[in-house]
Amino acid sequence: MSVKKEFFKGLVDKNPVMVLGIGLCPALAVTTSVSNALWMMLATTFVLTCSNILVSLVKNIIPAHVRIPVFITIIATFVTVVEIVLKAYQPEVYTSLGIFIPLIVVNCMILGRAEEFASRNGVFMSIVDALGMGIGFGLTLTVLAFFRETLGANKLFGYTLIPGFEPAGIMTVAPGAFITLGLMLWAMNSIMTSRKKH
Amino acid sequence: MEIKIFLTILFSTIFINNYVLSQTLGICPFLGVSKKTDSAAGMGFAVIFVMTIASIITYFIYKYILLRYDIVYLRTIAFILVIASIVQLVEMAINKLSPVLYRALGIFLPLITTNCAVLGVAVLNVESGFITSEYGLLMTMVQGFGAGVGFLLALMLMSGIRERLETADIPFNLKGMPITFIIAGLLSLAFMGFAGMSF
Repeated sequence: MSVKKEFFKGLVDKNPVMVLGIGLCPALAVTTSVSNALWMMLATTFVLTCSNILVSLVKNIIPAHVRIPVFITIIATFVTVVEIVLKAYQPEVYTSLGIFIPLIVVNCMILGRAEEFASRNGVFMSIVDALGMGIGFGLTLTVLAFFRETLGANKLFGYTLIPGFEPAGIMTVAPGAFITLGLMLWAMNSIMTSRKKH
Repeated sequence: MEIKIFLTILFSTIFINNYVLSQTLGICPFLGVSKKTDSAAGMGFAVIFVMTIASIITYFIYKYILLRYDIVYLRTIAFILVIASIVQLVEMAINKLSPVLYRALGIFLPLITTNCAVLGVAVLNVESGFITSEYGLLMTMVQGFGAGVGFLLALMLMSGIRERLETADIPFNLKGMPITFIIAGLLSLAFMGFAGMSF
């Protein structure tokens, strides 16, 4: 088990959104702008790292049959921390991410990593795993948000890109999110199959 | 007067603000269980059931515990634990009371704990100010029920289309998830037509 392998698996081979198909609700909902996607990545990676650390520390104390409620409580605690901190220091981010901050609790990715990785491995490896998964999740969100913000609002980080270009508003609402992610998955599948042939 | 409020909430949660297709909540079960119409219906009814009960119980928890003792910041922790317990209790109750229903819904119930639409409806009940208003309990109930019906509707539409897709000639790389997302996008585009409606 090498550090490098555990870190990069979250980015490519086991990318939560593109390969495993989990954590899709925030991926579709908050990607209306790149800055929202980056804040979501930060919040989710923070919760994931902290919960992985704590779960791997207490893994031997928790009886097996109550582990899921314990994991959920641990995750919910860190989500509350994120909620309070964002509300106090970044009220704009707090309003634009809206209910998707409390909903980090039910991001299956976090519970999945606690169950699958942190409850079976040491603290250091759990941190590496959490960072890899969190960044892999966030990068997918950022790419999706890049397409949606540039095409749907003609903006990037709030700055207008091409003056006079009429943006396709559909990209900033739900249908645009579904279709863009569908096309991204199509592109990824095409790359994978063409690689296998060679 | 009051009837109009409830009808507006019901209609808007089912069609205008459909939880799956316009608010992108509960996408994991929406994609995971929509391969067959039978299991889609089972999941949909289980979600209606749990959402309505969860709305009622989180109403009492929020109003009489969190608000009264001024510990609103514990909302996320309280709600997720309540929802997880409700799902467990509902599962045990159905198992005891109606084994037939349990066989139909049983396998879907544990999955509902991590359905973000259930926590979503509980949080939205708070955020939209329903809990502190006069008819709070009824309003939260209607919103929970409506959200569940909207979920069932989206799931049934999707599973109907996906059953047909199995015989369709789809390009190899588009099979599976990509085409499902694109169809979900087109469905959600159709639901945007309701957005202009108002009472």
